[in-house]
Amino acid sequence: MSHVTLTALRKVYANGFEAVKPASYAITPGEFVVLVGPSGCGKSTMLRMIAGLEDISDGTLEIAGRVVNTLDPADRDIAMVFQNYALYPHMTVRKNIGYGLQNRKIPKDVIAAKVAEASALLNLDDYLDRKPSQLSGGQRQRVAMGRAIVRDPALFLFDEPLSNLDAKLRNQMRIEIKALQRRLGVTSIYVTHDQVEAMTMADRIIVMNAGRIEQIGAPAEIYHTPATTFVASFMGAPPMNLLDGQIAGGAARVGDHTVMTDAPAAPGPVTVGIRPEDIVADPNGPLTLDIAIVEELGAHRLLHGTLAGQQLSVHVGKDSPATTGPFRAALKPGAVSLFDAGTGERL
Amino acid sequence: MKRAGFTSAWLPAMLLLPQLAVIAIFFYWPAAHALRSSFYLQDPFGFGETFVGLSNFTSLLTSAAYSRAAWFTVFFTLIVTFGSLSIALLLAVKADKVIRGAKTYRTLLMWVYAVAPPVAGVIGLIMFNQSWGPLKEFFALFGWDFKLGVNYFDTAFAMIAVSIWKQVPVNFIFFLSGLQSIPKSVREAALIDNRSATGRFWDITFPLLAPTGFFLLITNITYAMFDTFGVIDTVLKGQPGNNPMTLVYKVYVDGFRGNDLGGSSAQSVVLMVLVLALTVFQFRMIERRIHYT
Repeated sequence: MSHVTLTALRKVYANGFEAVKPASYAITPGEFVVLVGPSGCGKSTMLRMIAGLEDISDGTLEIAGRVVNTLDPADRDIAMVFQNYALYPHMTVRKNIGYGLQNRKIPKDVIAAKVAEASALLNLDDYLDRKPSQLSGGQRQRVAMGRAIVRDPALFLFDEPLSNLDAKLRNQMRIEIKALQRRLGVTSIYVTHDQVEAMTMADRIIVMNAGRIEQIGAPAEIYHTPATTFVASFMGAPPMNLLDGQIAGGAARVGDHTVMTDAPAAPGPVTVGIRPEDIVADPNGPLTLDIAIVEELGAHRLLHGTLAGQQLSVHVGKDSPATTGPFRAALKPGAVSLFDAGTGERL
Repeated sequence: MKRAGFTSAWLPAMLLLPQLAVIAIFFYWPAAHALRSSFYLQDPFGFGETFVGLSNFTSLLTSAAYSRAAWFTVFFTLIVTFGSLSIALLLAVKADKVIRGAKTYRTLLMWVYAVAPPVAGVIGLIMFNQSWGPLKEFFALFGWDFKLGVNYFDTAFAMIAVSIWKQVPVNFIFFLSGLQSIPKSVREAALIDNRSATGRFWDITFPLLAPTGFFLLITNITYAMFDTFGVIDTVLKGQPGNNPMTLVYKVYVDGFRGNDLGGSSAQSVVLMVLVLALTVFQFRMIERRIHYT
């Protein structure tokens, strides 16, 4: 059973630019889906098509069992939280939250009750009679959330809602939004360019690049088995090390170093992907790295160096000794991902 | 906030001097002169003057011609202000929605702005010309025998129409930039919250345009009362007869055509008080405006 279904949804602008290549996926009820990708990848366009703020060029969009392609945004039973909050500056918090209900011919006492409920949930009781300009960034964000939840919609849409907040508040709001979504159980689509937000909040992540969906999967799946070199390098900080390698005699090699003995690929050039934390210090290990820089991060360290002349990073715990110079290491089992050297697809 | 300060009072005084001098010479001095003249009766040929106290003012209050001009000014100002604001707002809202050819469209709408008031008056005269004016002929189709300069109502109609036409582009530019300064996301949020376009306009767009609208209201009232002089002068050709005229035009007619400098000065003083009241009102209201951030 699915709640939101996209079938070959596509966006082409008048100038011929294809912002979103035909995309199909289904979202189950109550699921928290995060659309992530670099700026200009089409994730916001996709969200705006779902919201009805952009026309759909091709394909069908179904929300809660209805095809909504041509419906007005107000008729799609959705609520949206915008990046810059988009509060109505001339209305009080109370009116901001209630405005959507007021236009749906809901009795005044019901609106008042719903606004009260939402404001209690979001700790906005003391601010109901203020204007947005008298609120802090975090409070405005809460009002925007309040405006979305009073409507009790079939679908929440979030367009980078945290990117205007400072780092500390962002971490806090991230948890609040996630908790709120869990509590209300409303299906949500959340757009962000921040892979940490995607990893921490999502039930499922959709990674987009250049208008195309690169991979759809649970955060752990995306992280451990990236479908393409793009996903491998976009998700994770620092990103997965991508090295030019060769398959010969069933083994994958980077320079003189064998990184995998039973490579499931035909002989020839490949891209070898290794997560920085999957390289461990081992005095008897098969790899010898040349470390140039040690980054001290407190809880752990990042070593930047080369393997067979190619750049890579290693993530080691704070107990692991770290100096520049030669570094003997081994790989954790199953650590190596192989990608087609030409297309970047996972092998 | 950091404040820069002057160590001596001389430099700021010197810097202010040119501006103060301009205001004093070109505004306060003539104003004082007008105030003084309003208490005197001048000889029409400039041979002397007699102090008459408030009699210039009291004769204004009892003059039927003055009260007629005053009432006409009130109606004229209300209609021109309301007309030019509402037409400009309508055009701006529509132009804001145009995507293709938007620039050309907007430029065309703004062009009239460059027309000087007397030229606007002349164009008005051409449009309403008694023998071949296109608008006159258009009205004739509906059986309206339009007589510019003869019929009181028709003349007033022409003055109002030309004055509105002249002012619409300025208002249009302000309204359009006001509309474009409303954040796109706020409009989109409204799109999700309210399906009715009319509802969205009155609930969201119109209140957010209020600061622009208020500013324009004041400037338009000022325009209708004072700056329409050129239009009215061209339409009346300096010979008002029984035709309508505004208070500012009456100052000119009585002072320079009728040579009644005292009475004319008294009228100027009344207008100065009006402007003062308008300005005070404007500043009071602006202080209370909310800042939308």
